[in-house]
Amino acid sequence: MELFTPEFGLIFWMFVSFAVLFFVLAKWGWPVILKGIDQRAELIDKGVEYAQNAKEQLDHAREEAEKYIAEARRQQADMLREADKMKTQIIEDAREAAQKEAQKVMDNAKQSIELARKEAEQTFRDEVSAFALDIAGKVVRTQLAEDKAQKQLVNTLLDEIENKN
Amino acid sequence: MAFIMPCDIYASSESGDGELAIKETIFHHLGDGYGWEVPFSHHHRIPLPVIVKDYNGEWHCFSSSRITNGDTYDGFYISHGEEYNGKIVAKDASGNVYRPTDLSITKNVFALFISIAVVMLCVLSVARWHRRNGAKAPRKGLGAIEALISFIYDGVIKSTLKDKAHRFAPYLLTVFFFIFGMNLLGLIVIFPGGANLTGNIAVTLVLAVLTFIMTNLYGTKHYWKEIFWPDVPVWLKCPLPIMQVIEVFGMFTKPAALTVRLFANMMGGHMIVIVLTMLIFIFAPMGAAVAGATTVVSVLFSIFMLLIDVLVSFIQAYVFTMLSTIFISLAQEEPHHE
Repeated sequence: MELFTPEFGLIFWMFVSFAVLFFVLAKWGWPVILKGIDQRAELIDKGVEYAQNAKEQLDHAREEAEKYIAEARRQQADMLREADKMKTQIIEDAREAAQKEAQKVMDNAKQSIELARKEAEQTFRDEVSAFALDIAGKVVRTQLAEDKAQKQLVNTLLDEIENKN
Repeated sequence: MAFIMPCDIYASSESGDGELAIKETIFHHLGDGYGWEVPFSHHHRIPLPVIVKDYNGEWHCFSSSRITNGDTYDGFYISHGEEYNGKIVAKDASGNVYRPTDLSITKNVFALFISIAVVMLCVLSVARWHRRNGAKAPRKGLGAIEALISFIYDGVIKSTLKDKAHRFAPYLLTVFFFIFGMNLLGLIVIFPGGANLTGNIAVTLVLAVLTFIMTNLYGTKHYWKEIFWPDVPVWLKCPLPIMQVIEVFGMFTKPAALTVRLFANMMGGHMIVIVLTMLIFIFAPMGAAVAGATTVVSVLFSIFMLLIDVLVSFIQAYVFTMLSTIFISLAQEEPHHE
C-alpha cells in the first residue's frame, strides 16, 4: 500500500531539510537561547538573594540603631557620674591644698613670732642688764664696797627670773 | 480539506463508482501529490517542480502543471494503474513502464520546506531577542516559544540526560520543534498547510533513523557491553547468543516504535477528520433533511477532532522527543560503581 511504503524522494528531501534545519539552529539558535535562559535564571537568583540580604540588613539596622542609642545613654550616664566624682575630688583637693597652705603660713608666723620674742627677750635682757648695771653702778657709787659681790648677786637674780619664765 | 473535497467527489463520481471514489479520496488526501490543491477547484493546482532521472541517467525538470491533468510530458506521466498509482512513471526503450528516480518537490516536500522555514523563523527570532536584549525576558509570541523551549529543555532533556544535556539538546530541541511545526501546519486545511506530513512514514522513518544514529553513535562502552556481553548467566549468552539476539533486536525495535507511533497517530487524526467530512457526501443522496443534519453533526465533530488533533500534535512531538531522550540516555549509561 502506498501509505506504508516510504518514498525515496521524500526521504531524500527530509534528510536534506533536517540537516539544514539542524545545522542552522545548532549554530545560531539553541546555544544562544539556552545560554540566555541560564543567564536570566542566574540574574533572577542573584536579585532575590540581594533583596533578601537588603531586607535582613534593614531589619538589623533598626536593632542596631536601638543598640547604639542605649550605648550612648549609658556612656552619657557614665560621663555624668565621672564628672560628679571629679568635681568632689577637685573640691577636696582644693580644700586640702588650702589647709596645707594655711598651716604653712601659720607655722611661719609662729616661727617669726618665736624669733621676734627671742630677740625681744635678748634685747630686754641686755637692757635689763644695762639697767641693772646702771642700778648697780649707782648702788656701787653709793656702796663702793663689795662691788663684785653685788654684780654676782644681780646676775643670779636675773637667771632666776629667766628660768621662771 | 473540506473545501477541496466536493470537487474530488464529483470528479470521481462521474465514473459512476461512488464507493471507490470515497476510498480513493481519503487516500488521496492522506498521500502525497504533484502540485498543491487550491480551494473550490479540482483542475487548478499550485504547480510545483518535478525533478526526475530517466533510465538513461538524464535529469528532467519541469512544472507539475504539465502532467497533473493526465498529460504526458517528455515521456513522463502520472500512473493510474495498480502499480505506482499516482506517481510519475515513464516507458523505457522497450516500452516497459518503470519508475524514474523521483526527487520532485511534491506537495509533502514543499510542506516540509515551509515547516523548516516557519520553525527556523520562530527559533531564530527568539535567539535574536536573546542576542539583542541579554537577560531580558521576551514577551507575547516570543515568550511563548521560549517557554516551550525551556519546558522541553528543563522538563525532558535536562531531567533525563543530566550533565550531558547540553550535548544532545540541539538535536532533541530541533526534533521537537520540527515535528510540532509539521504537525500544526498539517492541521491547517488550505494552502500553506494541509499536507499529511508527519502522517507519512518516510518522514517519521527519517526522524527515527536519526535518533537511532544519535543513540548508537554516542553510545558508551558500557552500552555496547550490555548488548554483546550482558550481565546474565553464561548459558544465556554462550554458546547460543540468545541475549545478544534479543538486545540487537531491541536496538531496532526502538526506532521502529518511534516511526510507527508518530505516523499512525498523525495519519489517524487526518483520516478521522476526512471520514467525518465524507459522511456528508455519503448521506447526501438521502434527502435534504438527513443531509442537513449530517452536515451539522459532521462539521461539529470535525472541529472537535481538529481541536483534539492540536493537542495530539503537541503530545506526539513531546512523546517523540521524550522517547528519543530516553533512548539516548540509556546509551549514555556508565557502569555502576559499587
